[in-house]
Amino acid sequence: MGEELVRSDNEPGRPLVVLDGVDKHFGSLHVLKDINLTVHAGEVVVVIGPSGSGKSTLCRVINRLETIDSGSITLDGQELPKEGRDLARLRADVGMVFQSFNLFAHKTILENITLGPTRVRKVDAKRARQEAMALLERVGVAAQAEKYPAQLSGGQQQRVAIARALAMNPKVMLFDEPTSALDPEMINEVLDVMTGLARDGMTMVVVTHEMGFARRAANRVVFMADGEIVEENAPEHFFTNPQSHRAQDFLSKILTN
Amino acid sequence: MDAITDNLDLFVSGYWTSLKICLIALVGSLVLGTIIAACRVSPVAPLRWIGATWVNMIRNAPLTVLLFFFAFGLPEIGVLGSYWVFGVSALIIYTSAFVCEALRAGINSVSSGQAEAARAIGLPFGATLREVILPQAFRTSIPPLGSVLIAMFKNSAVLGAFGVGGDLFSVSDTLTSARGYAATPVLLGVAVGYLLITLPAGALLALLERKTAILR
Repeated sequence: MGEELVRSDNEPGRPLVVLDGVDKHFGSLHVLKDINLTVHAGEVVVVIGPSGSGKSTLCRVINRLETIDSGSITLDGQELPKEGRDLARLRADVGMVFQSFNLFAHKTILENITLGPTRVRKVDAKRARQEAMALLERVGVAAQAEKYPAQLSGGQQQRVAIARALAMNPKVMLFDEPTSALDPEMINEVLDVMTGLARDGMTMVVVTHEMGFARRAANRVVFMADGEIVEENAPEHFFTNPQSHRAQDFLSKILTN
Repeated sequence: MDAITDNLDLFVSGYWTSLKICLIALVGSLVLGTIIAACRVSPVAPLRWIGATWVNMIRNAPLTVLLFFFAFGLPEIGVLGSYWVFGVSALIIYTSAFVCEALRAGINSVSSGQAEAARAIGLPFGATLREVILPQAFRTSIPPLGSVLIAMFKNSAVLGAFGVGGDLFSVSDTLTSARGYAATPVLLGVAVGYLLITLPAGALLALLERKTAILR
């Protein structure tokens, strides 16, 4: 049932997101320092690191919710456009899931999903509704379709947010700490959806503190600290045998409790 | 009370004229104010400057000065029209600055995540504003917008003093100056007429606020 979610033009292995020498400052704070990162089609890259390390910013520059000072970012071979219609078109191909869900508060769950397809992709309303219901079914919240976001639990809202992003049939999905705002008992229902997506071959960049998910679903773990990529490796190597001091220190702090 | 009972038809027609002015100015100032607010939050810098300049110039000029300009200044530079059109236009333009700012307060109250989510699914600026930001901003803006609009209804009385004939306020002028009635009962009648516009408007706004409340 998952295959149709992954675009047929997404043949695995081709470089999809390429960050080349990316630098960014927030005022005097150097949040991204010479970031070089390539995410290939079908790959799941999990970004971890202490808070303030720049991992959320890294996620947000990929669809230009944050601008960069220098360097280049290409998406499927195309340089990120400046503001305007071209940027909007490109963002439609990049799904984004936020820490705070950000469902449209004045629209029903169903309308949240269909807005993008009808307004951006010009899908007719009936088909958009059918596809939205199928997606809601997949993430397990179809019964809530007519409710408003505030009537749903955090875990349900986040699953809707994932469905909203999937409805655009994206080339890549960005997850910016998708479970950090959730009560503990709701984390797994969201991670399960994400794990399913990863298994289906979706290209994903996931900023998270969920080490279990990283071990289970990631092809590669990127460890960031102080705005730099300090280490990147396959999860089994990274977690059992971290090379850098900072990664060892970070892992010792989070894995002991 | 003879002043009112003898001239009830005059009061009633004045009331309808004032109501008509108010409704036209209501729609006009909401539309124009929304456009100016969109300019003020736009990513295009020149549009933001235009919006800010508009608000600062219009908001800081007295309505009477604006009306003088429309009624006497514009004909001097060759723009001709009736007092009625000039008067209502001035009222719309004047009120638009306040509508813009009330709306902007509402826009600022919508969390930035809403706009980010809209942009993230590929909605351009205009659609983000129309589909996601403004519907939520309008609801939050209803209380301040209500004050602005009620002030506008009352400001419409100034138009009567400027020779826009037949409205509620000019009824008082007709009755006291031309026909010699005592001022107090006439003005009381006029005041009641305005209350019959503003009080239902306030009740409607309260209803609208309740009906459109959103859970967050």
